Amino acid sequence: MSEQKPQTVPTTGHVWDGDLQEYNNPLPVWWVYTFYATVIFALVYWTIYPSWPIGKGWIGGVSKITYVNSEGEAKTHSWNTRALLLADLNKAAIAQKPYFDKVEAMSYEQIAKDPEMSGFILSAGKSLFADNCAPCHQAGGQGMVGFFPNLTDDDWQYGGSYEKVHETLMGGRRGYMPAFSEVLNGEQIDQLANYVASLSGGDHDSAKAAAGNTLFHGEAAGCYVCHGGDAKGRQELGAPNLTDNIWLWANVPAAGSAEGKIAAIRGVIASGLNKGVMPAWSARLTPEQIKVLTVYVHELGGGQ
Amino acid sequence: MNINFKHEWIETNIGLMAVLTMIAISVGGLVEIAPLFFIDKTIEKVEGVRPYTPLEQRGRDIYMREGCYTCHSQMIRPFRDEKLRYGHYSLAAESQYDHPFQWGSKRTGPDLARVGSKYSNEWHVQHLVAPRSMVPESVMPNYPWLLSTQLDISDTAARMKALRKVGVPYSLSQAEYDANVTKFGETVAKQLHIPAAQKNLVEQANFGNYDGDRSGISEMDALVAYLQMLGTMVDFSKYADDAFVETR
Repeated sequence: MSEQKPQTVPTTGHVWDGDLQEYNNPLPVWWVYTFYATVIFALVYWTIYPSWPIGKGWIGGVSKITYVNSEGEAKTHSWNTRALLLADLNKAAIAQKPYFDKVEAMSYEQIAKDPEMSGFILSAGKSLFADNCAPCHQAGGQGMVGFFPNLTDDDWQYGGSYEKVHETLMGGRRGYMPAFSEVLNGEQIDQLANYVASLSGGDHDSAKAAAGNTLFHGEAAGCYVCHGGDAKGRQELGAPNLTDNIWLWANVPAAGSAEGKIAAIRGVIASGLNKGVMPAWSARLTPEQIKVLTVYVHELGGGQ
Repeated sequence: MNINFKHEWIETNIGLMAVLTMIAISVGGLVEIAPLFFIDKTIEKVEGVRPYTPLEQRGRDIYMREGCYTCHSQMIRPFRDEKLRYGHYSLAAESQYDHPFQWGSKRTGPDLARVGSKYSNEWHVQHLVAPRSMVPESVMPNYPWLLSTQLDISDTAARMKALRKVGVPYSLSQAEYDANVTKFGETVAKQLHIPAAQKNLVEQANFGNYDGDRSGISEMDALVAYLQMLGTMVDFSKYADDAFVETR
């Protein structure tokens, strides 16, 4: 309020409290014309894009979106963001079609051997893996002991062939092992744990392991039913190989002492497992995407 | 009748000015919002969308209590990158029973509109207790108390009654229940019946065992049940690519 306006500016004519007046400065010309321009813009916009509601519908606008869908049909919709997305997706699908057609037509082995296709698998598979698989199996597929299997090693719960990996991706998996604390006593579980440790050359008590051996192959515990007489597992049941010193559920590598390692194994035997759930991806991903992922996972290192 | 309108009337009468200001502002909102109630296609006609079961609803309450919405949206926009990462764009129909909706306006974490059945229950439990043990680069806080706090189920029915007041078709009477059977089928209608709310909640929690611990019903059970349902109600394989295009 340091400067008074010159008296030439007219007032609105209102007076409050006897002497309080309001100047009436006209808007700048550029502002007024810009305002008129926005009105004209709105009228043009209303005719091009969806705008006014009328009854149970609305004015669709003259702008149309046309695209060619996966069946090769040309589709036309009035402009909206969903149609825009379809046009965008179909455009990308056409660009990727030669690759996905090849993925569909070629066998897993052919894809893996073809230099161009394996490049495609590497890039497409990497982003698919990152979006969908990495939260559990981690970015490099290394998994997490106690939770999710390592996909880069040679140990497969359900089989590492292309067909088995594909089956796992499509239908998911659910791991199960009964809790043996219900049928065995603590001493027996300890004996079994020592035997399991001995299978992969871990520190163990020989006497206990020998007793564990009997239990393992006996009917009371019946471990052999799932893990096999040679304890090398049965992939059709998802029962892991116990002789390879690769640990998924019992966190043996993290246990510092020999006693800690045995305790980790004991824990799994006693409480069993009702986890190891892998979701099914058949509803979320397309068949081609699953095939890409199958080859990608197979090529992570451990494919059989 | 000759009324000589004078602007001064408004400027010298604060009550009149308040009323007229309110009317002027309402016009802006009304022309944008009101037509949506009359346009047929505002809520897409789609099969499968139902109100939440008592357990899912309690999980949703916990989702809001913990402020998950401040970092996670539940609204997949119709963009190619979102479609590739999260799945089909969200439909209005999918949040028709949400009070309030959880669309959100900011993503520090990923969108959760279709997180249901993407990961195992076990992943969710471990991830909520210690996010960085699953996703090393995560900035999500730990929520360990969800696992150790038992869910208060005593007010389940009262919460559903409140939602019924704002239009969610939870049933109190036999007639309402029968209407739900017609609309959603018997299995769902049973879950929406308020007199059976607590029994239904306990059954679902025990059957689903979402937190992997059968000794009780924790808040984790409810939250994971809710998360595992998100975005799974509509089977998009039943609809053509452009089935929902003409509704916008």
